[in-house]
Amino acid sequence: REREREREREREFIMIFTFSCNLKMQFMLLFSRQGKLRLQKWYVPLSDKEKKKITRELVQTVLARKPKMCSFLEWRDLKIVYKRYASLYFCCAIEDQDNELITLEIIHRYVELLDKYFGSVCELDIIFNFEKAYFILDEFLLGGEAQETSKKNVLKAIEQADLLQEVSNHILWQCSKNLSDLLGNHIATPQ
Amino acid sequence: MALKIVKGSIDRMFDKNLQDLVRGIRNHKEDEAKYISTCIDEIKQELKQDNIAVKANAVCKLTYLQMLGYDVSWAAFNIVEVMSSSKFTYKRIGYLAASQCFHEGTDVIMLTTNQIRKDLSSPHQYDTGVALTGLSCFVTPDLARDLANDIMTLMSHTKPYIRKKAVLIMYKVFLKYPESLRPAFPRLKEKLEDPDPGVQSAAVNVICELARRNPKNYLSLAPLFFKLMTSSTNNWVLIKIIKLFGALTPLEPRLGKKLIEPLTNLIHSTSAMSLLYECVNTVIAVLISLSSGMPNHSASIQLCVQKLRILIEDSDQNLKYLGLLAMSKILKTHPKSVQSHKDLILQCLDDKDESIRLRALDLLYGMVSKKNLMEIVKKLMLHVDKAEGTTYRDELLTKIIDICSQSNYQYITNFEWYISILVELTRLEGTRHGHLIASQMLDVAIRVKAIRGFAVAQMATLLDNAHLLTGNTQRNGICEVLYAAAWICGEFSEHLEDPMQTLEAMLRPKVATLPGHIQAVYVQNAAKLFATVLRKHEGETDSHAAQETSQLLIDRLPLFVQSANLEVQERASCILQLVKYIQKLQQKKVEVAEEVTALFAGELNPVAPKAQKKVPVPEGLDLDAWINKPPSESESEDEKPKAVFAKEEPKHSRSRHTEVDEKELARRREARKREQANNPFYIKASPSSQKVYDAPGVEHIPVVQIDLSVPLKVPGMPMSDQYLKLEEERRQKEKAERKKEKKKKREKRGKERKADSGPESEEDIAPAHQVDIVTEEMPENALPSDDDDKDPNDPHKALDIDLDKYPTVHWFPVQKSSKHKKKKQKKEKEEKEKKKKKRHHHHHHHSNAGGEDSVQNGTVEEEEPLPPMSNYFLLAENSYIKMVYDIQGNHQDESKVVVSVIFENKSDSFLKSMEFNVLDSLNSKLQRPEGAGAHDSLTVPFQLPPGISNEAHFVFSVQSIVMPQKLKGTLTFIVKSDESSTHEKLDFKLHFTCTSYLITTPCYLYDAYAKLLESGDLKGSSLRLEGINMPFHHLLARICFHHHFSVVERIDSCASMYSRSIQGHHVCLLVKTSDQTVSIDAKCDEPSLLGNVLDEIKQTFSKC
Repeated sequence: REREREREREREFIMIFTFSCNLKMQFMLLFSRQGKLRLQKWYVPLSDKEKKKITRELVQTVLARKPKMCSFLEWRDLKIVYKRYASLYFCCAIEDQDNELITLEIIHRYVELLDKYFGSVCELDIIFNFEKAYFILDEFLLGGEAQETSKKNVLKAIEQADLLQEVSNHILWQCSKNLSDLLGNHIATPQ
Repeated sequence: MALKIVKGSIDRMFDKNLQDLVRGIRNHKEDEAKYISTCIDEIKQELKQDNIAVKANAVCKLTYLQMLGYDVSWAAFNIVEVMSSSKFTYKRIGYLAASQCFHEGTDVIMLTTNQIRKDLSSPHQYDTGVALTGLSCFVTPDLARDLANDIMTLMSHTKPYIRKKAVLIMYKVFLKYPESLRPAFPRLKEKLEDPDPGVQSAAVNVICELARRNPKNYLSLAPLFFKLMTSSTNNWVLIKIIKLFGALTPLEPRLGKKLIEPLTNLIHSTSAMSLLYECVNTVIAVLISLSSGMPNHSASIQLCVQKLRILIEDSDQNLKYLGLLAMSKILKTHPKSVQSHKDLILQCLDDKDESIRLRALDLLYGMVSKKNLMEIVKKLMLHVDKAEGTTYRDELLTKIIDICSQSNYQYITNFEWYISILVELTRLEGTRHGHLIASQMLDVAIRVKAIRGFAVAQMATLLDNAHLLTGNTQRNGICEVLYAAAWICGEFSEHLEDPMQTLEAMLRPKVATLPGHIQAVYVQNAAKLFATVLRKHEGETDSHAAQETSQLLIDRLPLFVQSANLEVQERASCILQLVKYIQKLQQKKVEVAEEVTALFAGELNPVAPKAQKKVPVPEGLDLDAWINKPPSESESEDEKPKAVFAKEEPKHSRSRHTEVDEKELARRREARKREQANNPFYIKASPSSQKVYDAPGVEHIPVVQIDLSVPLKVPGMPMSDQYLKLEEERRQKEKAERKKEKKKKREKRGKERKADSGPESEEDIAPAHQVDIVTEEMPENALPSDDDDKDPNDPHKALDIDLDKYPTVHWFPVQKSSKHKKKKQKKEKEEKEKKKKKRHHHHHHHSNAGGEDSVQNGTVEEEEPLPPMSNYFLLAENSYIKMVYDIQGNHQDESKVVVSVIFENKSDSFLKSMEFNVLDSLNSKLQRPEGAGAHDSLTVPFQLPPGISNEAHFVFSVQSIVMPQKLKGTLTFIVKSDESSTHEKLDFKLHFTCTSYLITTPCYLYDAYAKLLESGDLKGSSLRLEGINMPFHHLLARICFHHHFSVVERIDSCASMYSRSIQGHHVCLLVKTSDQTVSIDAKCDEPSLLGNVLDEIKQTFSKC
């Protein structure tokens, strides 16, 4: 167990080490094997039309690639890094000077985060809780840069924000319950 | 009211939430669009309600629909409403929706400014965080301008969570509002030393990103980063800095030299592939920028290539791909080191992953030499045959052509070989690149005169077998080569062995199925051939043959006259009439050949692709001016003329070049015939062997076209291969001859030297043909250089702000910036005036022009690079150890300074147990850990292996800072070698200068500075330095660097500077220079501190 922990620490160290080389992501897309878009995050300003066009083109290109092919491709003047996890493709666009391997690790880190948060994540989790998937991504990357390298910190921030949300939700819930009680009274005692 | 709320919450119970929506969409797979449109109607209803919870729910659903590709821009205002909710739950959803849906064109963004500002200053960090995250996605220039200050404040927030986000988002703000860069930069720089590693890394990230776009403005940060690099124990910050240095090295080669070593060490030691890859990339980048004048780095390159080889050999496709990618970068500057791995690259051509094969192809492009070109192309031809899928095959085809034609056919030694390669490539079915092959054929035939004879023969064969290329003319791009073939045969028809046969081939009825532009070329060149045939038969007593030719044309051309293609029709009818006329003349026995030939006379020269662009515009010609009055709008809407002639790129200019070097040609032919005779595989181009169609005059006999399946292929071996063989033989022979010659020489000299049996060098390979590649023509007085076309739309261009250039008119109101200007001239003029009035006197009369002058001045001077500077002074040194130190004030504490000492082990032994001790004075004390005695020494927290240096920091507390001070101290340490260990000791004196109590404090507000000066609280003093001959900005940089000042304003040769002591004393300098004299007027609220600082400045400059 000690050795495991050490290995974990070593991996953590390498992650920090490698994130350091800067990354400027242009956008991230998640889509299914059927080509259905599950999540999109754009770090460059583009019109909706342009975004749709890019998405369509990329989804086609990536899905057309054979499973044994490498995870990188050059597309327009960008580099595309993608990886398939189960039925989902994670696909990022980076600039010419950026490091592909780090981008792969970022994708992997994001998957790990989703996995930790949802508990063995599956595509449905992301479909039904897509806003959560966005929140996690936003805590992890900001403006295309990795802002937090520690998994723990990201999850902590999300959990605390969720807690805040739940508290206010709870208050709301109580409110509406009181109101419906009130309403119940109204119905019970027609005047 | 209560009822209303109640009603709202009831509605809510019946509302669909997001989950319901998603489920609904999944359940309505067949009529998804219809289902969603009803959902959108519902959402519109929900948005009309007052209940914010309902609205938020609706917005959340809209965000999901937006992702599916539905337009939700109509709900932008509702999104803003939800963003403005005071509840975090809704705010979070609102900002998420905004970050997904808003873009620069969204007009409601204008309404959000105040809300965002409110959220940014919210006491809850998650409110601020959500606002920052959202802002990073939809920040517009307006938002950036209005919120820059708020975000800047957040960079100093108490929570690292916020600081981190604020620092990162600053980059986006800079992009949108470049003016914010200058005021924000000092704070950003400060964040480099933030206690939180996340914030620190964010700052390094942003600065690296800025520096990467406009490195020259960040050169001055190099010392700071070097300091960070030496002082930081945080490895990842270190790496980022290395990356930054990678961007800086092209501008400052000295940095590169320093970088190579740590980088190669990392490459050796790291096990993380991504890091290895990054380091290799940086080393390559550094070496590329250093490639001139740096001979000693072949070892580093070798190391990189070795490591890359490991990557390429890895079974992981990703690593293989990246290895090849990085290899191609090395190739550009160090082709030799890559060429030795040719085997590996060729292996990659067999990889199952197409993208890897393409990468390998890219590499091959740079790896060819005269020696291996034929061999590599042969390999590629094999791959062409094997390739499945037209895309990859087409890629191979273009690569083969690229490889061969690169740098003006530099590597081709045998153009016959190349022509036959091109001919072989025409066998590719369904390729899109017929035009590419065609243009190569044309180019080679036009520019390499010696090859024309051979090319014409090959093209004639192609024309003869045209039916093979035109299987399906509509979709088959390969028929484009017929365009080239026809043109070459016509233009250089004097080389044709049997022009009549070719003419016949060009006028076959099937030609009419070819694309129009090709038919047009056919028709035109048939006329040229006709001229040749006429000339050939001129003077013969029997004019039968010539007349038969005319008849052939007259019979066949009507087919083209009927063509739907205008170009073809026009040419055909023109030529038909011409031939008819000639026929008449022939019947009258008039000699016409001369005149017909004259129709096509003239030499054709290739024109350089950029020639048109380089023609200088004649004086007085304004191409933008209207020649006539502009036509009305409606007229200009008329349909554009169709580009009928667009395809006719090479001008069909008539050429009958007469000055062919006949002798040379004959010689070549002779040589070639000899070669051919020796080659059993060569089929001679004798008319009999290839003739399928008979002589003219029998065309009325129906000829059945025989579909030969492999007519261009010589049995056993593709044609180009024989050249490879020939070439090898030739080289062998040449080698042997050379050896013989050498032998002779040796015998003559009678010396016993060993024969040089090493591999042939590039220069040894003599081309098989003495080819004369005609250079492309350029217009007379062409404009010299290409325009440096930088993308004017690059958003990063705006960030090209010189952060060292002291703020000028642009940043400060004009009248203020020119307060001190032209002091020099003034001084010269008003020498006689009373000196003490000087400062106040000049406040009044200044024009604005001077300020602009200073801008220009500044930019010109910036060109010169600053000499490297170091603040580290020698502390003590002996044969074991060297100590250098630097003293810095502490920002937070007014009574503390930090002494950074770098210990360098100079010996071959291990140094350990280093203890550092200083004899405290009343004024200055070394800070010792609690519980330690006042005279205890501090243990240096590391040991030093041989040759290694490391830095340690010691904190001193000081009371008075107005006087410099020296403290005596001792370092004790144990020298441990293999046999023995000894105790050693080194005494030193720590010199606390007054400068070391000053902290660089940027003073960007000139107003405050001027007020400070005028307040009268400050005492003055001055200093004159003679014989300073360095540029003024170097002088300023020195003062800034060594004495911790910052420039407030600089005009011409006059600058005002500011610094602050750790105890809050203001120090202001006014530095002026004329000739070699520098005068410094200084003011400070503590005269003795000022005196000492001035003394130290004087010392600094007396040293240089």
